[in-house]
Amino acid sequence: MTSADVLHLLPLIVLAGGTIIGMLGIAVYRDHILTLVITLGTLIGAFVTLRFPLHSPNEYITPLVQFDGYAIFFLGLLFLTALAVAVMSYGYMRGRAVVREELYILLLIAMLGCSVLVSSTHFASFFLGLEVLSVSLYALAAYLRSQPTDIEAGLKYLIPAATSSSFLLFGMAMVYAHTGTMELSGLAQFATGTWHKSDLLALAGMGMILIGIGFKLALVPFHFWAADVYEGAPAPVTALIATASKGAVFALLLRYFSAMGIQVREPFFVIFTVVAIASMFLGNYLALFQSNLKRLLAYSSIAHMGYLLVAFLAGGRLAVTAVMFYLLAYFITTLGAFGVLTALSNKDTDFSHLAGYRGLVFHHPLLGTVLAVMMFSLAGIPLTAGFLAKFYVLFAGVRSALWLLVLVLIVNSVVGLFYYLRVIVAIYQPVPLTPEESRAGQPYRPAPSASLIGGVLLVVLTVGLIWLGVYPGPVIRWIEALLGL
Amino acid sequence: MILAGLLIITAGGGILAWVVGAWSERACRWVALLALCADLALLIFVWVSYSASGGALMEPPWLLQIDYPWIGPLGIRFHLGMDGLSLLLVTLTAFLGIASVGASWTEIREHVPAFHLTLLWTLAGTMGVFLALDLFLFYFFWELMLVPMYFLIGIWGHEGRVRAAYKFFLFTQGGGLLLFAGILGLYFLHARNTGVYSFQYRELLQGVASSSFAFMLMLGFFLGFAVKLPVVGLHTWLPDAHTEAPTAGSVVLAGLMLKTGAYGFLRFALPLFPNQSAELASAAMILGTIGILYGAFLAFAQTDAKRLVAYTSISHLGFALLGIYAGNRLALQGAIIVLLAHGLSTGGLFIVVGALQERFHTRRMDELSGLWSSIPRMGGVAMFLAVASLGLPGLANFVGEFLVLTGTFAVSPVLAAIAALGFVLSSIYSLWLIYRLFQGPERRMKEAPDLGGREMAIFGAIIAVIIWLGVYPQPVLTTAKPTVDSLVSSATYVMQAADEFGERERSPYEETGAPEAEYDER
Repeated sequence: MTSADVLHLLPLIVLAGGTIIGMLGIAVYRDHILTLVITLGTLIGAFVTLRFPLHSPNEYITPLVQFDGYAIFFLGLLFLTALAVAVMSYGYMRGRAVVREELYILLLIAMLGCSVLVSSTHFASFFLGLEVLSVSLYALAAYLRSQPTDIEAGLKYLIPAATSSSFLLFGMAMVYAHTGTMELSGLAQFATGTWHKSDLLALAGMGMILIGIGFKLALVPFHFWAADVYEGAPAPVTALIATASKGAVFALLLRYFSAMGIQVREPFFVIFTVVAIASMFLGNYLALFQSNLKRLLAYSSIAHMGYLLVAFLAGGRLAVTAVMFYLLAYFITTLGAFGVLTALSNKDTDFSHLAGYRGLVFHHPLLGTVLAVMMFSLAGIPLTAGFLAKFYVLFAGVRSALWLLVLVLIVNSVVGLFYYLRVIVAIYQPVPLTPEESRAGQPYRPAPSASLIGGVLLVVLTVGLIWLGVYPGPVIRWIEALLGL
Repeated sequence: MILAGLLIITAGGGILAWVVGAWSERACRWVALLALCADLALLIFVWVSYSASGGALMEPPWLLQIDYPWIGPLGIRFHLGMDGLSLLLVTLTAFLGIASVGASWTEIREHVPAFHLTLLWTLAGTMGVFLALDLFLFYFFWELMLVPMYFLIGIWGHEGRVRAAYKFFLFTQGGGLLLFAGILGLYFLHARNTGVYSFQYRELLQGVASSSFAFMLMLGFFLGFAVKLPVVGLHTWLPDAHTEAPTAGSVVLAGLMLKTGAYGFLRFALPLFPNQSAELASAAMILGTIGILYGAFLAFAQTDAKRLVAYTSISHLGFALLGIYAGNRLALQGAIIVLLAHGLSTGGLFIVVGALQERFHTRRMDELSGLWSSIPRMGGVAMFLAVASLGLPGLANFVGEFLVLTGTFAVSPVLAAIAALGFVLSSIYSLWLIYRLFQGPERRMKEAPDLGGREMAIFGAIIAVIIWLGVYPQPVLTTAKPTVDSLVSSATYVMQAADEFGERERSPYEETGAPEAEYDER
């Protein structure tokens, strides 16, 4: 291993090193702010060191991971996401009477898993990354042990994730048994050729792998865990599950399948189409009835994964750009929405009941506006990144003439509007006083646990969202440059 | 630069009004008013200098254009252009914008700065729709005008506002997405045929070969615009939204937002898909005729004055649809006049009803009657607007509807005859409205002031323009002429519609253009 190789791998090394420093730091001197600073420093360091692989993207070092432009885009996105989650967690954890520092360590470990995942080119690194990510997420989901919902969330995440891991492993074994390779390049060679009857074993293995991925992405029919986990987990952790975990798995899905190109071939095309349509319809349909913002966002994220599958199914370079742009917009939006939710949560409970959001904009103008903008972005309204993201997905779909999926997406966008508008309506509805409140003389106001740095984060996210929605040219060009288009 | 200036003045004026509003509500209203007045002055300047130049243009039919790259990688440009039709509709936008700021001067008391921000942004979006020459940009503005409108209804509306705002948003968004799918489909179809990836109107104008795919694309465009217009069957959002919106919202909805649908037909659906539109022309004309009668019938059945006015919009825009798809010169000119006239007369009626509601806190016609003796000025204004709306000769609506009927007669005498019944029905509902509100037994109502100076100024301006359009519409027809000419020349759909209705030869004055000439001399 030369020094150039070390430089190349520096982002991962910084991340792993920072995790260890953080752990040792806690052992020496337990302090919330110190741990936060170490975490932020590690993430910024990892982000900055991405420039080394950026200059030599195709220098292939290990058979396990490859830092090409595609991986670098997602690594950068993930590091920034983790940065945002850490910032959010600070205000959220500050007032709580629990052990706070380990949350950041677990966050860094989860990031390590995500990073391996998005740059993986081998089944071993695929599985390794996924397990590192999952194990830290089990702990994170159940982080606030004193609350029964958190334990429930942790368990509900553990069981499907463990099940899906076993599916995944079995699938990998079957593929390996038939093809004799676990490397992506070898698999691509197999998958792009013509298939014979004897290849059934490998294809069934691929199907098993898809089940595993479907669980992670909470695609229908593997979506049952999503709402409960979203609801029970602490708000910043939910943000992490909704963004980094799903995004990294989707990035992996796209890398493997666009290399193998089997999503546009039978029978996988039909399977993906059915899953996409079911995810869009069921996600949106179930979201209609939620009175809890976290659950609403959980079902909406199922639908959004369905939208992403439309671009994924379209195939080709355009689809890759579309998915990358969509995930970028989706990350910003989701982080913003959960950022508001986190800021509004007090030290006992998460502020997730929609009824509590009535009239938000009148007593917390900043938070209300940010949440409204995020909802508009999720609904795909112009001036926000969500609009261009949806445009990109439709663009890819129409280009590949996937008319059925495009029409389903359109119908679902309208259905989705229903519940996004419900949140917006709530934000702008003046609150009538309940009898108790008028007796007390003071209406109930959520007591925000926001920190200054959290407020800055929300402003940055909102500005970024609108900038992407108004002038996305440079970002699109940058994505295309990374992909080497 | 003037085109970007219009958008910047309107949107920037909104932001300025919002900022200033934190300090003084009065200043906020003035800023909004002045921004729109600046727009109007700019537009009149453009119009006058265009007329003075005798219609000589750099690049016909565009009076003004600006064109900058926007999202380079996808071939999307920030391309605005103004021809005669856009000029007329943008001028209407600025004019009705001023009227709606004036009409909300005392009506809106809550969240005043935010109200003016949303109102001006709605207007900016509408202007953008009338100016965009890049289909992506067009769709961008098309969606953009919905959001502030949604807030306008949802926050400052009446009792059922939340439901109405929902319904409005869902319907128009659904239609909008179909339109968007149509735009994307056209983009790729064009790229496949020519190898050029572009959302530019000029590029896409080259016409599409007949195929069932192109027909589906046209249908996407048609449905998107039909929801906005609204065409009967897709109209159910309209009565709710118009009724529940605050006065300014109703004026903008009826006066401008419905026009964006008609504009979409004229600018995009017909020129981009001439052959496919031909196949749909007869159906569209029948729908237009049904709309005329249906809207009028339902208007008559209302007890809520605002709802009544809302249903008349369906009826009037039925004429517009009929005229657009009849497709000959007279009918198209008529349709354009109908758009302007309807914006003025119906906008005016909404302001009357809004003023009544502000004074008596009800819009129900069975709770109001005999108001003439206590507020005679308002009675007079309402009477004038009602007879304008029923199509009294000498006023704007008559010119438009008469031209549409004449044009339609050339294509299908039967439909023209049926549509002419709309005149009878509109007389009934308009006079019924006046009778119920202003005549009849005098009730013991609480004392209310008659129209003040501010209101009289608004109505005075509206009435003056209605009379001008009714007596001397030639400047407007001249301004719209290049647009109409290019539409007629591309309008193969006219012949086909005529064939379907069994007309063996075109009506004789189509060739001579005689009625138009006669009309000019009037």
